[in-house]
Amino acid sequence: MELPTPRGPVSAHVVHALRSGDAFEPAVAASADVLGDDAQVALWVLLQLHYRDFDDAARDAEWDVGAVALRQTLAESFVDRLRGLVTERVALARDAADDVPGQVMAMIGAADGPSLAAYLHREATREQVLSFLRQRSLYALKESDAHSFVLPRVHGSVKVALAELQYDEYGAGRPDRLHAGMYAEALVAAGLDPRYGRYVDEVAGPVLAVDNLISVLALQRRTRAASLGQLAAFEATSSLPSRRIAAGIERVGLPRAVAAYFDEHVEADAAHEQIALRAVCGALVAAEPELADDVLFGAAAYLELDERSAVHLLARWRDDEVVEAAS
Amino acid sequence: MTGPVRVTPCPDGPLLVRGADVVTDEDGTDHPVTRPVVALCVCGKSGRRPWCDDTHRSIRRST
Repeated sequence: MELPTPRGPVSAHVVHALRSGDAFEPAVAASADVLGDDAQVALWVLLQLHYRDFDDAARDAEWDVGAVALRQTLAESFVDRLRGLVTERVALARDAADDVPGQVMAMIGAADGPSLAAYLHREATREQVLSFLRQRSLYALKESDAHSFVLPRVHGSVKVALAELQYDEYGAGRPDRLHAGMYAEALVAAGLDPRYGRYVDEVAGPVLAVDNLISVLALQRRTRAASLGQLAAFEATSSLPSRRIAAGIERVGLPRAVAAYFDEHVEADAAHEQIALRAVCGALVAAEPELADDVLFGAAAYLELDERSAVHLLARWRDDEVVEAAS
Repeated sequence: MTGPVRVTPCPDGPLLVRGADVVTDEDGTDHPVTRPVVALCVCGKSGRRPWCDDTHRSIRRST
């Protein structure tokens, strides 16, 4: 893939350092708004070094000391900011049930943000559905890869359960069922480009933040429990929305092959939700009770950012309609 | 698949089934199992029976 277009001084510095081979300056991130587009693009680029190559980078910077220092400055500030944003979600969930699976489900039940899936189901135009597919592409074309980084950091039955979940995400022995591959096929069927990172320049900052959260939590051993809480919240908010999104895709007349990816997730994630909540997070906390708050933090941070991305996309799409109505 | 079939009930949720090759529904129709673990509907309201599609969550919310 190619390096994205910078959205401010921090991302400009990161893109320049990668393209030119010049040194990274971690201090550049010191005053950035970590939830803003600029910092999120910078963080996204630095995190991608662990997944893929940039064709236009001068060198492999995955373990460049300056790149890692800058990534950690941004990642730690991002996680700190999120901890402040989700205090209430975590406290409410902790009081709502006496085990972690119940607490995560209570947190999901209490989330009252707008539903992107409901909009896609009933109201979105064909162009908005296509826009959604492009926004989703950064996550979905590397679907589940982040959580494979967690596997060596958990043990016993938790590792077995996570591997079982990942095996299903990776096609359960059938290359044609690899979820990331199914998303590429969905993009092609929709007339879009299936190459990873192709649409990063149009992906909204709040959507990048969701993708970055998933990578940041999964790539640090000390946030492994938060990564698994994030996974559980993701899986437990996927099955019902996937059904609505598939119905919306069919409503706007896109080919059946586009909806197939979301159809797959209705049944798959109904099972994955149970595995992630109970056999992964429940078992992790049973073995290491001190990790309970980390699990809840990961779930809450994911729900917070997912809600912010939905609010942002819905506002953008409703603005489109105002513009169209006025013209 | 060889080895025993394992069934795990989930509180307020589906049955997780591991190691099965086929699920036969109440009409006698066979549904091949294509995943390492599948979630079987228990509430009877799934739109994808015999598989769970999380409909039990909507039911629980509205009651």
